[in-house]
Amino acid sequence: MVRKIDRDASRFKQIVRGKIKSDLRKYITHGELIGKSGGEFVSIPLPQIEIPEFRYGEKNRGGVGQGPGDVGTPIGRSDDGDSGSGAGEAPGHHILEVELTLDDLAQILGEELALPRIQPKGRANIIEEKDKYTGIRQTGPESLRHFKRTYKKALKRQIASSQYDPRDPLVIPIREDKLYRSWNPITSPQFNAVVLYLMDVSGSMTDDQKEIVRTEAFWIDTWLKSQYDGVTTRYIIHDAVAREVDEHTFYHTRESGGTRISSAYNLANKLIEEFHSPMDWNIYVLHFSDGDNWGEDNRQCIGLLRDQLLPKCNLFCYGQVESPYGSGEFYRELEEAFDEVPNMALSEIRNKEGIYESIKEFLGRGR
Amino acid sequence: MSTVNTHDLPADLRAIQIETEGHARDYGLDFYETIFEVLDYDEISMIAAFGGFPTRYPHWRFGMEYQQLSKGYRYGLQKIYEMVINNDPCYAYLLRCNQLVDQKLVMAHVYGHNDFFKNNIWFSQTNRKMMDETANHGSRIRSHMERNGEDAVESFIDSCLSLENLIDVYSPHIKRRESVNRYDFDEGGEENRQPSKFQSKSYMDDFINPPAVLKEEQRQRDSDREKAKPSSFPEHPERDVLLFLIEHAPLKPWQRDVLTIVREEAYYFAPQGQTKIMNEGWASFWHSTIMTQKILHPSELLDYADHHSGTMATQPGRLNPYKLGIELLRDIEERWNKGQFGPEWEECDDYQVKRHWDKQLGLGRKKIFEVRRIHNDVTFIDTFLTQDFCKRHQLFSFKHNDQNDLYEIESREFKKIKERLLFNLTNFGQPIIRVKDGNFRNRGELYLGQEHFGVDLRLDYAQDTIRHLHRLWTRPVHLETTVDGRPTLLSFDGTDHSIRPLGGASHDVEPKDRRRA
Repeated sequence: MVRKIDRDASRFKQIVRGKIKSDLRKYITHGELIGKSGGEFVSIPLPQIEIPEFRYGEKNRGGVGQGPGDVGTPIGRSDDGDSGSGAGEAPGHHILEVELTLDDLAQILGEELALPRIQPKGRANIIEEKDKYTGIRQTGPESLRHFKRTYKKALKRQIASSQYDPRDPLVIPIREDKLYRSWNPITSPQFNAVVLYLMDVSGSMTDDQKEIVRTEAFWIDTWLKSQYDGVTTRYIIHDAVAREVDEHTFYHTRESGGTRISSAYNLANKLIEEFHSPMDWNIYVLHFSDGDNWGEDNRQCIGLLRDQLLPKCNLFCYGQVESPYGSGEFYRELEEAFDEVPNMALSEIRNKEGIYESIKEFLGRGR
Repeated sequence: MSTVNTHDLPADLRAIQIETEGHARDYGLDFYETIFEVLDYDEISMIAAFGGFPTRYPHWRFGMEYQQLSKGYRYGLQKIYEMVINNDPCYAYLLRCNQLVDQKLVMAHVYGHNDFFKNNIWFSQTNRKMMDETANHGSRIRSHMERNGEDAVESFIDSCLSLENLIDVYSPHIKRRESVNRYDFDEGGEENRQPSKFQSKSYMDDFINPPAVLKEEQRQRDSDREKAKPSSFPEHPERDVLLFLIEHAPLKPWQRDVLTIVREEAYYFAPQGQTKIMNEGWASFWHSTIMTQKILHPSELLDYADHHSGTMATQPGRLNPYKLGIELLRDIEERWNKGQFGPEWEECDDYQVKRHWDKQLGLGRKKIFEVRRIHNDVTFIDTFLTQDFCKRHQLFSFKHNDQNDLYEIESREFKKIKERLLFNLTNFGQPIIRVKDGNFRNRGELYLGQEHFGVDLRLDYAQDTIRHLHRLWTRPVHLETTVDGRPTLLSFDGTDHSIRPLGGASHDVEPKDRRRA
């Protein structure tokens, strides 16, 4: 059945995709594509178009709220569109926030971006054993007693031995009636994945750029974790030399000096050879940089990719984050050298709004 | 609509409806016939997207709303429990997967809304056959689309929607001027314009009706008419900008019709925005009264409490109209029951005496019925929000801090809180804008003015809205407003936007303020 709303919904989709009415596209507000850790609140990207109208701006704007707090206590960001209005505003002007599990989030991401499920490569050569409480046995701790089964057995016994009186339906289980839950070992193939994040921390990468990398890495992690049983993450930072660091250091280091991307590729390759044999692991390498490299280093990078990394990886992603200082040349080098290599994804991320498309580019390949 | 099949409400719900309706009547609620429909979530999202009217005109905005609602539900972000339509009969939608206790609560809530729609004065001028009216609007717009193309009509609707809030919410209640009948601009028609002539044979005519006299008479008439014309146009600033455009903008007939439809629907929905706190408060007051005193089964208590508290939940920075409304109504009921009003009460400043003040007047119920009849949110808050209430419910005012881009608690002072609340409720928290001149500079340009209360317009939106106005008016459009404390004129001449200060340094166009359209 074609419903009236379907026509309107598809017109809206066309606007979002830019096929009609380019003048409306500038009013599209995506909900933010970020998971805030801590309270685990998550905003979901539902595209929305606001029709321009005479309305008040932020300045001097305020309202009335309710609850504890002193004068000066912050109560919310201003992008939280609803808070300024108090009552009486039309619905639909607020960003939705809710608690979600990361699995839900991954599912939504997959749906929103129409991501294909990843087909883990290689044979399922690691078998994992898990215990599941699917069995029943006659002994066990009281905490695992199966009440329903115990009751049924006691009832059966009492009826069979004509101890049961329907007018006084008292059922008392004795020792033999008691049944307990027990586990059976379940074996299942396990797919492991390792994600190596590489980032340029030379002076030209500013905090804004790192925020983009962090956001993008969050979503990629979320997706990969939903696709594999176990995901290991490793972090490599580089300027002219590369080193492995923990997550915190990864996002908070800022060095000055030159950039030699090959140093990071070398280190990544070394880690893979040492710890993550491609026979046993699904390997993802994600490299973020502003594209500013020492010119003579580019050839070395391409060689390393072609001969070492690409044959070992499920997917190699290069995300070039636009920076006020970077030349952005590296992107074009890779584009030229690896045109249409199926396990290499390139994307240029201009600003926060570009994250959405970039994630789609990286994960849309289903590898 | 395929889903309307009125009277096969399942037997259990039918029984609850009969019972609830009986209790509602016993409490003195007075409502239109109520027709409940049970819908699944997708259907309810669809109807909610259309603002409650399944047969509304086609427009992409409804598709957007639908996507938001249905996704929001699937992702577990939000859920619509109920929807009520101000119409006679009153339509209400129930969500199929709700538990029985929720359906009870919703039904009781619906009767509260229905009573409010029927009796609150601000709804008295709304069309009670809106279900049919929107269907008519739908078919009119569809036929315009067939004739003029879907894109042309839809994008014209975009422009109209951008101006949708430029109506005068009080005009249905106050007669501000004689209504202009578009088909009757020449009072008395062409004949009256002719000088009075005596009957005569043609050969006598020049003697009986001397041409010189006739000519003089004609001149006199013309000059009288000229004098009778208002000196300015419009005579007084007009807040119903949409009406002004309908009457005076050079629109094609189909465009005029579309604008008329958008305006009519805006007026239909306006009272719902004007009475959000009262209406939700009233419905919540009655669902909680009917539930707890009449129809709640003890086994349902926890689910009821859970749901009710969810509806009443507050969060800093967001005022819950349900909560504020119900608490104020309860407060009024209690005060009028105990006689805590009037000069004697106002003048008493002994805290102990006030605390135990109870004259046992029992006027509370009567009072809240009166309140629901005559107030809207602005007068409701203005009349009944008390300092004591603000303190008890921990209300505060907040404002935007431009330095760190956060909203911060500004004050817990009663005066400040009330001021902020009233400001946000006045004209739905939207700027008040009037047509001041429809013939600006004697060049047929449109000149609007904003009443400024200390909050500036959002400039980018304002400029694009002016562009939409220009599309309808087709001549340059100006808006007088205030930016950073300075009177400013925003203009759009069809190609260029300009922003220039008014007064002192007038007509001083800085080149950097001009941007190419």
